[in-house]
Parts: sequence; C-alpha cells; structure tokens
Amino acid sequence: MAYLEVRGLRKTYVTPRGTTDVLGGVDLTLDEGEFVAVVGYSGAGKTTLVSLIAGLLEPDAGTIVLDDAPVRGPGPERGVVFQQYSLLPWMTVYENVALAVDAVNPGLDAAARRRLTEEFVALVNLAPATWKRPRELSGGMRQRVAVARGLAMRPKVLLMDEPFSALDALTRATLQDLLLRIWGERRTTVILITNDVDEAILLADRIYPMTAGPGAVLGPAIEVGLPRPRVRRHLSLSPAYQKARQAIVDFLKAARPRAGV
Amino acid sequence: MATTRATARNLLLPCLGLLGVLVVWTVLSQTIARDLPSPARTWEESRRYILEPFFKDGEMNQGILRLAFYSLVRVAKGFALALLLGTPIGFLLGLSRGFHQAFDPIVQFLRPISPLAWLPLGLVIFQRSEPAAVFTIALCAMWPTVINTAVGVRSISQDYLNVGRVLKLSRFKMLTRIIVPASLPYVFTGYRLSLGLAWLVIVAAEMLTGTPGVGGFLWQEYNSLVYSHIILSVITIGAVGLALDRLMGLIEARVRAG
Repeated sequence: MAYLEVRGLRKTYVTPRGTTDVLGGVDLTLDEGEFVAVVGYSGAGKTTLVSLIAGLLEPDAGTIVLDDAPVRGPGPERGVVFQQYSLLPWMTVYENVALAVDAVNPGLDAAARRRLTEEFVALVNLAPATWKRPRELSGGMRQRVAVARGLAMRPKVLLMDEPFSALDALTRATLQDLLLRIWGERRTTVILITNDVDEAILLADRIYPMTAGPGAVLGPAIEVGLPRPRVRRHLSLSPAYQKARQAIVDFLKAARPRAGV
Repeated sequence: MATTRATARNLLLPCLGLLGVLVVWTVLSQTIARDLPSPARTWEESRRYILEPFFKDGEMNQGILRLAFYSLVRVAKGFALALLLGTPIGFLLGLSRGFHQAFDPIVQFLRPISPLAWLPLGLVIFQRSEPAAVFTIALCAMWPTVINTAVGVRSISQDYLNVGRVLKLSRFKMLTRIIVPASLPYVFTGYRLSLGLAWLVIVAAEMLTGTPGVGGFLWQEYNSLVYSHIILSVITIGAVGLALDRLMGLIEARVRAG
C-alpha cells in the first residue's frame, strides 16, 4: 500500500440553487518523500481536493489513508499551505511559525522550541523580518511565512494549494527556486496543487492532470523524467521536459470545460 | 499654499457654524422664548462654575468640572460593569449556537428598554440611589458590546479557523490565540458605542436619583429656576461626551491597527 492512498473520492456541494458535483471519484497515490503535483483548470475542484485530504471537509464517498491510518478530520500531520496565505495578522512572523512549532512539539522545552522556530524562519530566508507583522511584508514574503509554518508542522505530507498563484511572475520564480532547494534538503512529501504546467514540471516527480468539472477526476499520472537537482534555465530545452509538457497539455485540452474557451 | 488655505477653511467654517448657532440662540431668547437666557446672560451666571471649575459650596453647588468628575466616576463604574457582563455574553452568543438560540431573543427583548424604566427597578433592588444608578447604566450600556462581540466572533474568517483546526489547537488556545484577537476590532467598536450610551444614561439616572453630578445639578437648577445653569450643564454633557467618544475612537484605531 502506498504512503498516501486516495480512493474514489467524491464531493458534492448542495446550495439553494441546486447541487454541484465537484469531484467525481478521485484516485491518487503518493510514496513517502515524493513530490506530486495536481494540475488543472481554475474552478475544477483542486481546492476541494486539498480540503478533503486536509480533513477540513468531509467526503461524500471514498477513502483517504495516510501511513496506514484512515484520515478523519484535520491534523498537523497533513500540513497545509493555503492559497490566501492565511497568516494571523495580529502575530509577528515568529509568532505565526511558533504557533505551529508549539502545537506539534508539546514535549520540547521553551528554548528548543525557540531554536526550531528560528530555524524555520531562517529556512525561508526571513530571519531579518522575524519580528514584523504580515501587513508589513510583501506577498512573496507572506507566502514564505506560510511555507515555513507548513513545514514547521513536521507534516507526513505537506499540502500546497496554489501557493504561488497570487504572486507576480518574478516573485513566483524566486519562490519556486526556494521550494526546490528546501525540498532537495528535506525531502518532505508534498502534494502541490497548481494551474501552472511549467511550475508542476519544475517541482514535481509525478503530475496528475485534473479534468475540468463538474465531477472532476484525475488522469493517469505523468512521470517527470528530469534528474535532480534541477536548475530552471536548463530545463525547458530538455526532451524530457518537452515530453512531459506535451502529455499534460494534450490531456488538459481533451478535458477542457465544454462551455469555456 | 493649498494646504494653508485648507487649514484656514477648516478653522473658519466651524467658527462660522458656531457663530450662527449663537445668533439663533440670541434671537430666540429675545423673541419667542423669553425665559431662555441669552448667551451673554448664560455666561454671566455660569462664569464662576467654569472659571473656578472645582469649587465646592455645598452638595449641589459645585464647580462644573467637579460635578462632571462625579458623573464620570459613576459612568466608569457602570461602563466597567457593562463590559464585564457584556463581553463574555457576547462571546458566548457568537460561539455557541445553543446559547444564541436560548438567549438572543432575551437580548433583543431587553435591548430597547429605556433607562427610565430600569432605574425604579434598580432602586427597588438596591434600596440606595448610587448602586441603582450604576446598575441602570450597566444594563443600558452593555448591549452594543454584547451584539458587536457576537457579530465579531461570527464573522471571523474561516481561513483563520482552519489554521487552528489543522494545528489541532486546544479549545483554550483556539480562543486566546485566534478567536479573541480576530474579533477584537468588533469588540472595541462595541465598547465605544457602550461608552456613548453610558454617558447618555447618566443624566437620566442622576435626575431621577438626585445624586450630585452634571445631571443632578441640571435637574436641581431647573427646579430652582436658574435656567442658564441648565444650558451650562447641557454644554458640559456634550463636551464630555465628545471627549469620551474621541478617546475611545483613538483606542479603537490602535486596536484595529494591531
């Protein structure tokens, strides 16, 4: 059995205007230490998938098993980096990260927890901004805090929900490189949700393309045959990159929304 | 240049407005309301109360700031009691659906009751005018705190709550680290409105109980036919109320800025 195994996941939202079938039976597997991306159209149901795996939503059908234990409700072993950062604005960078460190390390003494918190703040290159509050930070810096907080949960799997989609292109590239470096050092198991095919190929070992909703499902995973460590500017010319890109784009084109483009 | 002109306008126009009011007041006092003291007469008869604001000749004959101080102390007690009662009730209403269902109708029912109705009840319960006045102020002033706190708790962003859920924070930590700080701006808006109400109630409470203070003084001077002192009291009540509102506004702005 895989480290994370998602089987037949279904979710329907009931609204006063009728029911919306969001996920129509999603299957996904993940090995320990693997970096997997889910790529799909906006509004396809990617955030719903993350919320289900995180346990913030209840599925209507299907199972999620992580490390041989069925998922019930949220917990820090499935750390989340939210799309809108979700930093607590009344706390400093340090306090936002410390909230996670303190929550998952109740046995450590205060000095050890402080060292850990400082370590995670430094990991995302934010040591100079340790005592600033979120509103004093740029979007890129805020998302780095969110990444530090996610990693500080010491999760078995880190769920990243379009973490860089709100950032400008240059900042996004910087953060992708940062994530690439951190993952290279720590080998955290990651599920990255994105609508950016190039981001997925740059970062992930395998990529699941998602059909457009309603009733979205995942296509067969596409292996990214690129060696690590990866360097952005060498990638786009390599045949493996072109092959992965073509496969994803072909799938997404065939599965695009009927009413859309 | 533009800024100096803007500053001049900002000073000049309020002065013109004030002048207009004084003119209307004078005209009224000379024509249709002959018992109304003119501005000049009001000043003449009130100057000792303003120029020696802390003198004390007797229980009800004291400088205006001394009287205002008595009222402020009474308001402070009532306001403190209102916050002490209103804040936890507001949090409970916002947090617990059951509590909301049980007590929201009662809150909505008690909210519009006038201080004039509570005061006799307070006198019956406490037998003395001072605690009855504080009781009335608290009961009338607590509702904005209750309602704003409840609304603040209910409008906390789901994103913040999700952070707490993912971290599996204990109920206590969820409350102290997320729910209370997230709703604080609303809570302080409630506090500012409550303080305004407390100051509104003080006059009625002092009038009915005859306790020394701006409201008690106002009522006594009405009964002694010294009408200029009614105006003095009214102006003092307005000035103190404005100062209190500005003060709470500053505190509120600080809380909002985090």
